[in-house]
Amino acid sequence: MAVIRFIYDSGREMLRGPREYWLWLMILSAVVAYGAFRYAEQLSTGLVVTGMSDQVSWGFYIANFAFLVGIAAAAVLLVIPAYIFHRKDIKEVVLVGEGMAVAAVTMAIMFVVVDLGRPDRLWHMIPFIGRFNWPTSLLAWDVVVLSGYLVLNLAIPFYLLYTRYCGKEASFRLYFPFVVLAMFWAISIHTVTAFLFSANPARPFWHTALLGPRFIASAFASGPALIILTLEIIRKVASYNVRQSVIDTLALIMATAMQINLFFVGAELFTDFYNEGAHAASIHYLFLGLDGFNSLQPWIWFALTLNVTAVVILMINPLRANPVYLNVACVLAFIGIWIEKGMGLVIPGFVPTPLGEIFEYAPTGVELSVAAGIWAFGVLMFTLLAKAVIAIEQGKLRYSGNSRSALL
Amino acid sequence: MSDKADSKEEKNKFEMARRSFLRGIGMSAAATAATPAWGGQTFSDAFADFFQKHYQRMSAEEIEEALERIERKASLRYGVKIDCANTPPQEGVVFGYAINISRCQGYRDCVDACVKENNLGRDSQVQYIRVLQMDRGDTNLEHSEHYYDPAEVPVEGKYYMPVQCMQCDDPPCVKACPVEATWMEPDGVVVVDYDWCIGCRYCMTACPYWARHFNWTEPEIPAEEMNPDTHFLGNRPRPRGVVEKCHFCLQRTRKGRLPACQEACPTGARIFGNLLDPDSEIRYVLANKQVFRLKEDLGTEPKFWYYSD
Repeated sequence: MAVIRFIYDSGREMLRGPREYWLWLMILSAVVAYGAFRYAEQLSTGLVVTGMSDQVSWGFYIANFAFLVGIAAAAVLLVIPAYIFHRKDIKEVVLVGEGMAVAAVTMAIMFVVVDLGRPDRLWHMIPFIGRFNWPTSLLAWDVVVLSGYLVLNLAIPFYLLYTRYCGKEASFRLYFPFVVLAMFWAISIHTVTAFLFSANPARPFWHTALLGPRFIASAFASGPALIILTLEIIRKVASYNVRQSVIDTLALIMATAMQINLFFVGAELFTDFYNEGAHAASIHYLFLGLDGFNSLQPWIWFALTLNVTAVVILMINPLRANPVYLNVACVLAFIGIWIEKGMGLVIPGFVPTPLGEIFEYAPTGVELSVAAGIWAFGVLMFTLLAKAVIAIEQGKLRYSGNSRSALL
Repeated sequence: MSDKADSKEEKNKFEMARRSFLRGIGMSAAATAATPAWGGQTFSDAFADFFQKHYQRMSAEEIEEALERIERKASLRYGVKIDCANTPPQEGVVFGYAINISRCQGYRDCVDACVKENNLGRDSQVQYIRVLQMDRGDTNLEHSEHYYDPAEVPVEGKYYMPVQCMQCDDPPCVKACPVEATWMEPDGVVVVDYDWCIGCRYCMTACPYWARHFNWTEPEIPAEEMNPDTHFLGNRPRPRGVVEKCHFCLQRTRKGRLPACQEACPTGARIFGNLLDPDSEIRYVLANKQVFRLKEDLGTEPKFWYYSD
């Protein structure tokens, strides 16, 4: 019975708030609705409404997918200090981080689904009923790790929040093994996603052992950036006491990861350009353009500028300690990495084609709208989850036996 | 569409619709007029299609029913009576291909014949074969000309290199597919179950030869140009949203005929045959000519060779 009341009370809490909160939910819902409307157009006409082609057969959707898996994995940066090092301050916000992981994984899965030509045949993936090419296909691996990560990040917080809601003590021995599993799982989701790309000798741009490490490094920069910004917002709007030490730790992790990521980018550039061979065509296209085609070139330099600026701010201690500078660095790093390992990673893999044809890609209005809808859905999902999580953590929401309403 | 006059009118309408066709926006007026709801099928057929099993898991009767549905759908959608077969691979046969690039003149008759034989979407302009025009003395694919259009071929100082699915013996596309919708048949041909593919296009990413193509839109084929002689794993009409590729003209080669591209080639540059037959022409080429394979370093073991003499 308590479980039902827990879900009911959480749901009620999600829909309770001041006018600004509701306005926020409405705006997000409107964007979701518009995205769904444009997706219907894609469903009825076919993927021809996107900018994708036989030449560039993955585009904006998969770019966002790759980026979001990184955001989801980055929740582990709160999980490790909270549960392994027993940092009390971080334990207070770890469930918010896991809520973000849930939203990010959901978005990642949605981005893959909207990319499918035949979403009506998704059931073909279900083992036994369908045919699931596991363990051979890397895409099958990705399905396994992403859905597993989603379940772990739903189940652990659910248990912790539920016991807190009931006013009981969570059993460490019960949940800790799953927390450890979730830590390794977080690394695995992003490694598998990197391997999805690097497994293809047909695409020399991705076919590098550095891709996995690069994915992790950039995730550990973009993830904390988003978490810091989110916590700053929660501090303001939810009167939830997020301690400065949490922000400081995340900023330090971010400063380190950003430097490692930039080092990796530099290593790629050196290896490809010092003795430039045919395999460097894609990276040449990305950074310098190829045969007069250079639509990605301004974007990657813009991203690089953002990332370098962010690193400089993060590396100078007084600037990193300054909340304004730190927030600016977070915004820069988030956008910079979104470009670098979104479009900047996916598209050049297809340019030139394995037969040497250069055909450029740009997302269409449908792709941008559907993507906006998915992002809005993720933000909406996170808002609702965080709302309930914070209320329970603050002790506002408690199981009250048989009484009809929760304590306020 | 049973009435002859009716069908002619439909055809005219189709022609008009085709001309004014804006890249893939909707289906042609004729097709729409002729198709009931449920994606150009009756409800019961659409229902059976949805739950249709993987090709390799269907019983003989289930395959028979699937073939009948394909034929019914083709007559509803395209107004053509087709025959969809399920000819099995022949015992002791593994197909291979070799192309004499010193003979190829770049006429692209093979491309044309392939489009017609395999019912490739005309509006979508899918082509299984791409003939590359290359500068003599240069083998770099990045310098190749894909859309060459001179008044006359061969152009002085150029040579021509047709590329299509290499039917790799260790195909990376098959490994990539998350639902086993593509696999290698016993006769060495990599096929796609168009009714099982979910359209994720990971196989296209994995292919080093750009041999796989996606139906971004509903493939449109004028009724009079439809090749009615089809195969389940071969040239039957494909739905939208799935991947397709060269299958060495299964519908012909499993019955002992030659692939359309081989038959169409006016220069005799194309040698097709059974790799397991020591007396076959292809085995002669492999034994006596200087052959090479494209991107052999990737280790996919193509069953497709090039040579020159």
